[in-house]
Amino acid sequence: MVILFGMPLVQVLLFGFAITNEIRDAKVSVVDPTPDAVTHALRNKLFASGFFIESEILNSQEEIAENFRKGESKMVVIFENNFSGKMERGEHPTVQLIADASDPNTASMLVNYANGIISEFNREQRAASGIPLIIAEPRMIYNPALKGVYMFVPGIITILLMLVSAMMTSISIAREKELGTMEVLLVSPLRPFNIIAGKVIPYVLLSFINAISILLLSYYVFGVPVKGSVLLLLAESILFIILALSLGIFISTIANNQQTAMMLSMFAMMLPTILLSGFIFPIENMPEVLQWLSLAMPPRWFIQIIKSIMLKGSGISYFWKETLILTFMAMIFIVASIRKFKIRLA
Amino acid sequence: MSSNGLVIEAENMVKRFGRFVANDNLTFSVSKGEIFGFLGANGAGKTTAIRILCGLSRPTSGKIRVAGYDVYTETEKIKRRIGYMSQRFSLYEDLTVIENFRFFGGIYGLKRAVIMERAQNMLSRLGIKHFENTVISELPLGIRQKLAFSVSILHTPELVFLDEPTGGVDPITRRQFWEMIHEAAASGITVFVTTHYMDEAEYCNRVSIMVDGKIEALDTPEKLKTKYQAQNMNEVFLKLARKTN
Repeated sequence: MVILFGMPLVQVLLFGFAITNEIRDAKVSVVDPTPDAVTHALRNKLFASGFFIESEILNSQEEIAENFRKGESKMVVIFENNFSGKMERGEHPTVQLIADASDPNTASMLVNYANGIISEFNREQRAASGIPLIIAEPRMIYNPALKGVYMFVPGIITILLMLVSAMMTSISIAREKELGTMEVLLVSPLRPFNIIAGKVIPYVLLSFINAISILLLSYYVFGVPVKGSVLLLLAESILFIILALSLGIFISTIANNQQTAMMLSMFAMMLPTILLSGFIFPIENMPEVLQWLSLAMPPRWFIQIIKSIMLKGSGISYFWKETLILTFMAMIFIVASIRKFKIRLA
Repeated sequence: MSSNGLVIEAENMVKRFGRFVANDNLTFSVSKGEIFGFLGANGAGKTTAIRILCGLSRPTSGKIRVAGYDVYTETEKIKRRIGYMSQRFSLYEDLTVIENFRFFGGIYGLKRAVIMERAQNMLSRLGIKHFENTVISELPLGIRQKLAFSVSILHTPELVFLDEPTGGVDPITRRQFWEMIHEAAASGITVFVTTHYMDEAEYCNRVSIMVDGKIEALDTPEKLKTKYQAQNMNEVFLKLARKTN
């Protein structure tokens, strides 16, 4: 009953709040080698818009690359050297807008907003003094063609692994309980650990094969690159599969029949995976409550990890934190399920 | 097996769920090769007691030994020596008859050849050898129950627990089922059976009758009938149930 009536409410709230494609408070870093009155005015205008918040001041190409790889900013605004000097000489100084297009929708929106602000700045300046235009030069990194597949592949892998691993295990264990075979297994000399392992291992293999086939398909058919280490990507996938499976086991210790298991997995996994993981709707745009909630969503961290490996080509040093979080979450679910399992037997 | 020939020894067995007492000081023993009927109305605490004896559930207090082992500390050893058939149907419906035998036999560590030999034996005695490769879900309930019982004694346990094995089964099949139980007992397997068909109680060597978590009577069907001046076990049961109400 709670699920029946609660589900629509939560869904409407989630969709209403999470699905805003507007940009708010996107992190933007600035490279301004020769700060002057004009660059300051333009920067102020950018950051006063409410769309962006200033993240860092960077000084070199290396710092920019590093910044993007760590995911510290969504866009970097680079002012040309000697900005106002050029303006005074009647040249057209350029502002480079480099956006992280591993999330192509957000990237193009950020660039559009920034473009708009710069052209408005241009209009004001010209009205005041007739100085020539500033030229905005957008550039997309990681996904220059803004292909949607780049975004969808990591998301689909995540959803699929979550679905196959968690939903299938929870349903198959719940099924055994429903049919009464679980009880017979428990009375047998098999240890609970063996029973669970027997249930889980087939799905680990299945999910792993799924992950590999998605990767191959996206690489050969859609040309989605894997810039980083394939081995690392597979290792992280296994970690995520284990996490999803332990979540599935946990669900099955709560649910006593297949229907509840199914509802719980849909509710506990599908919706958050799609809505709160940053897969489709950027996390930065969500209300703060949902942003906090998204911290607890395993897919959020996994999507970040695979995006960094596949599109940015970064190594473990850039996402050890995310990896640690996933490991930690997996451990929590495993411990919780073992506990639940024992209590059920007591 | 313990030295005194007792397969189950329970002394003051108590199980509490919060403030609800499901098993209130049960004391009874079952000897080897006996068919022990464990009777009681729904909710009288039968299933709880079985779960404790099988090692699925921990008793709150009491001294209990099954097959000579302690239910608190030696559940693993107990589990090797018992068979169990639950009131819910418990074979894999999407596997064939022989696959079920192989699976459950494998769990108890039986060799493939041994499983096949015993399974063939059991199937031909039941006269259903032609169903060997039939998927369980296609078989009628009566045959399924007989198979479930066969599977539960496949590993020749010392003791088999049958939790309402004949629920929803027609009278003829029930009779055949009891013949199987007697055969098993004759081969030395102790049978601990719960039921609420009182006519079945007559087939048991001894019966205990539980009312509201307590054992109200425990004796052979004959003696119980004399003691309560009843024609059959049904009357005994009704008298006992009324007495406590």
